[in-house]
Amino acid sequence: MYSTMGIVLTGGNHNRLKELSLERAIAAVPIGGKYRIIDFILSNMVNSGITNVGVITQYNYRSLMDHLGSGKEWDLDRKNEGLFILPPYLSEFGTGWYKGTADSLYKNLTFLERSDEEYVVIGQGYTIYNMDYEPMLEYHIKTGADITIACRDMSDISCEDQKLLGMVEINEQNRIVDFMEKPLNPKSNIGSMGVYIMRRTFLIELLQESAAKGLTDFVYDVIVRQTDKLKLYAFMFNGYWRPLNNIQLYYRTNMELLNPKVRQELLMDRRKIFTKVKDEPPAKYNEEANVHNSIIADGCIIEGTVENSVLFRGVRVMKGVVIKNSLVMQGTTVEQDVQLNYCILDKGVTITEGKSLNGDAEWPLIVGKNVKV
Amino acid sequence: MARKEIVAMLLAGGQGSRLGVLTRNDAKPAILYGGKYRIIDFTLSNCINSGIDTVGVLTQYQPLRLNSHIGIGKPWDLDRVNGGVTILAPYMKTEKGEWYSGTADAVFQNIHYVDEMSAKYVIILSGDHIYKMDYSKMLDFHKKTNAHATISVINVPLEEASRYGLMNTNEDGSIYEFEEKPAQPKSTLASMGIYIFTWDVLREYLINDHQKSASHHDFGKNIIPEMLKDNKKLMAYNFEGYWRDVGTIEAFWESNMNLTERIPDFNLFDQYWKIFSPNPVYPAHFVGDTGTIEKSIIAEGCMIYGTVRRSVIFPGVTINADTVVEDSIVMSDSLIGSNTEIYCTIIGETSVIGNNVKCGIGEFAENAFNPKVYNSGINVIGSNTVIPNNTVLGKNVVIDNYVTPHDFDTNNIPSGGYLIKGGGK
Repeated sequence: MYSTMGIVLTGGNHNRLKELSLERAIAAVPIGGKYRIIDFILSNMVNSGITNVGVITQYNYRSLMDHLGSGKEWDLDRKNEGLFILPPYLSEFGTGWYKGTADSLYKNLTFLERSDEEYVVIGQGYTIYNMDYEPMLEYHIKTGADITIACRDMSDISCEDQKLLGMVEINEQNRIVDFMEKPLNPKSNIGSMGVYIMRRTFLIELLQESAAKGLTDFVYDVIVRQTDKLKLYAFMFNGYWRPLNNIQLYYRTNMELLNPKVRQELLMDRRKIFTKVKDEPPAKYNEEANVHNSIIADGCIIEGTVENSVLFRGVRVMKGVVIKNSLVMQGTTVEQDVQLNYCILDKGVTITEGKSLNGDAEWPLIVGKNVKV
Repeated sequence: MARKEIVAMLLAGGQGSRLGVLTRNDAKPAILYGGKYRIIDFTLSNCINSGIDTVGVLTQYQPLRLNSHIGIGKPWDLDRVNGGVTILAPYMKTEKGEWYSGTADAVFQNIHYVDEMSAKYVIILSGDHIYKMDYSKMLDFHKKTNAHATISVINVPLEEASRYGLMNTNEDGSIYEFEEKPAQPKSTLASMGIYIFTWDVLREYLINDHQKSASHHDFGKNIIPEMLKDNKKLMAYNFEGYWRDVGTIEAFWESNMNLTERIPDFNLFDQYWKIFSPNPVYPAHFVGDTGTIEKSIIAEGCMIYGTVRRSVIFPGVTINADTVVEDSIVMSDSLIGSNTEIYCTIIGETSVIGNNVKCGIGEFAENAFNPKVYNSGINVIGSNTVIPNNTVLGKNVVIDNYVTPHDFDTNNIPSGGYLIKGGGK
């Protein structure tokens, strides 16, 4: 890919993923049996040939740093460039906390200035997709846009969830004529994927300008305010994409990975998704195992029934257990005769013998990290 | 360079000729085992788990796979500034180049490697066995007993003892005699081929041995008997636990099958003694609606739509619907078509088994190609091989690596049959 650097925004956070994001950044929430959410965007960047990646983070980033390490799993442990983790810092100019996305980028202006790539891709650490940014850059160069935003038809995301996205209106040339962030009544089905490409120097100018005016948010203050002034183009992507904005989307996305088509596109593509690996032995099924339509990670030992579920690494499913429609994260033990339906069990949970936990497809029951039930 | 107390010399040149087509293109230590590992991973993991961070790997036979597998030693934390893993292949010298003519010769030719590490002790290992062992305890024993050499031994059943190299010991554990495969065993302590030597002592013996043209340059046949003759102090170190030479097709198959037991003899799930290996980049495996798995080991990246019973399935394998795989080992990235039956078969990497194939059925018959190697009734299908649709294979059949559908002149190979390219053994 032609001279491009990457920035991943993982800073903004609330408790949108409930208990799952209490102790970790959303980007570090486990997904799909062995990944963390940030793996997808990092792999996208690396697979597109980007080798200079900054990860801007603020909220509970210990878990994220632990996961990213030196970046070697993504081949980002480089002598030159590689992976840069950019948490807030104290300086003589302020307390350091990022007040918004534009502010967080502005506070890392040095990183942008010191890099020498011509273009920059900005992406979000809470989104899941498998995409090559190269055609998008080519499109950006061809159209002569100020900023190119990756967009897609969001019809496969519920109206309710569309309200959490940035929705756009485009003309026949794919130029964005209106950008509505988190609209109450979306006027179109076209939504922003939160991926922006622009010239690095142009980004620096935009950031300096907004900082001078005391503006802090990239979408509200840079894009929405200047939709008329800037030449914004939509690059249409028609693959699978999910924002993990709330627990329902998170749960449903995991369940969608059971669909062979989705899994093929997202995980089995020649553009591989890289992640930090632990040395677990392959999963072991004993005689009583009865597993259907499920994703099972390494290190699991299964002696019970598992249906329509995702088991992360090192889960123990004992005899007589029935797990349905659930996510069970790493190192969790499900003791004999337990029944689980529509549950999300975080890491290191123990469900003791004979318990029965039932959630709802819309409101899965969440058991927090290291809890014993 | 900082002084290393102990350096490991890992002999990984074993051909493993009794593994037939499995070792035709790869050395035995590079053979896949247990759904994820290669045999050498066990010894390398033992090293790092025992605190040995300097390992010379002596390669000779078909080293390509081994070299790429070990790389710079990252999976075992053996990518070190000081020490780490070093591949020691035979090399040219000023006068001439020489292959390693024996285990002792391989170490002799790399004397300067051990010297450079200023090691006080050297441990000689082989990359051919499945076991977990804390070498640091053996080293403690070696130091405590002030031995010149310590040989790790394992108790074997008396009736099998004559298949091994046996150590006859005094009451204090010192060795007075070594017998290679004796007809009348005097003890049941078999040598595991693991030796700790005090380096100064071994160094001298290696140099002397090198000058004897009649010598086999072998630790068991030459070095140990010479040391015994000189009344050096040789101690037997008792090892208890699982230790297997998976050097025959039957032993290899049995050891893999045992892993599927509820409580296998060998525990891969030991959190305190992990077995390390390069991790392939695959998603977690998927079991489809039609998939059924019983008593099996399934690795990452697999897609299971058929029935799998008592089998070991390596990463990236796809097993399609209406297919049964039983008592079998399927190695990485192979594909098994639909409506196919596979019994008691070892399938190599990246092979394709077509639809409506029957494999491992009928009565046992002696293998017509090489009855010494293929004698257990287990079918062996090599790697990168394609078995066309509607093929029927009996029992005890062997199919070579890199076989294409054009190589089949019949779709029915009866028990004991074979398809070997070029016909060589």
